[in-house]
Amino acid sequence: MQNQSITQRLANPTRFMQLTDWLMPLTAAIAVVVIAAGLYLALFVAPPDYQQGETVKIMFIHVPSAWLGMMGYLMIAISSFGLLVFRHPLADVSAKAAAPIGAAFTLLALITGSLWGKPMWGTYWVWDARLTSVLILFFLYLGLMALRSALDDESLAAKQAAVLGLVGVVILPIIKFSVDWWNTLHQPASVVKLDGPAIHSSILVPLLVNAVGFSILFLALHMKAMRNEVLRRRVKALRLAEVERAAKRERTAAAPAE
Amino acid sequence: MLAMIDLGPHAAYIWGSYGAVALVLAALVAWLWFDGRRQRRLLAELESRGVRRRSDRG
Repeated sequence: MQNQSITQRLANPTRFMQLTDWLMPLTAAIAVVVIAAGLYLALFVAPPDYQQGETVKIMFIHVPSAWLGMMGYLMIAISSFGLLVFRHPLADVSAKAAAPIGAAFTLLALITGSLWGKPMWGTYWVWDARLTSVLILFFLYLGLMALRSALDDESLAAKQAAVLGLVGVVILPIIKFSVDWWNTLHQPASVVKLDGPAIHSSILVPLLVNAVGFSILFLALHMKAMRNEVLRRRVKALRLAEVERAAKRERTAAAPAE
Repeated sequence: MLAMIDLGPHAAYIWGSYGAVALVLAALVAWLWFDGRRQRRLLAELESRGVRRRSDRG
């Protein structure tokens, strides 16, 4: 038992439900505290940028949203790998649960980005490589959700969504390096750089606090969505059991008449 | 407290961004919350009718 890895121990949905019963609310509470601190720093402490003025405040929510939009997809890709290669029982639950959350953060990255673009670039939208690749990421999320809802057979839907999820992961390096590979209106990386961040600490600290807070929130939401999915599958299994039981009763009632 | 912050000429874009984040995240939390409640209710209804999974019957 002690030699089991965490993923092996969590392979049992019942054990996952027991663990997340207290871990999920705790994670959510920590997320609320960290995000509150991050928003306080962003709105009341961080100075205006020397070029962008107060609109830099949009960055404190835009950048974490964009990171988590990508992290959501990475989670789907890892879960898809876990399903296809290791047949982990919760891998598909994890992949399915991450899609709407990742889609929501990607949508927020697009909305806050365009609201930042209008005052800074003079336009809500340009078809440059960074913006377009993030839009494709959003469509990939929608595609994954549509694929699942189009297939009634859950195990077939799981496999097909896992293949699409793995193929689609190619969008992540394209998004990350789009600002280096092509001429974009979007600014190049300024936080995750080999030679260290190019942002002053007065702006970097609130950004990182918000990023940590949003990430913890993502984990809490993902746990909640996974719990809902486990319950949904239990409901489905019970309904099947009920139908089977009714069919069996009918067969035994009809048997003496034959 | 928020009204005291002067965000300059582009305040509407900044508040719009924060509003969008609040709205989308609140909708996500509400959906997850109600979905969880719905699944629990359905599960309780089935169990009250005596339906058990094969693995629960021992």
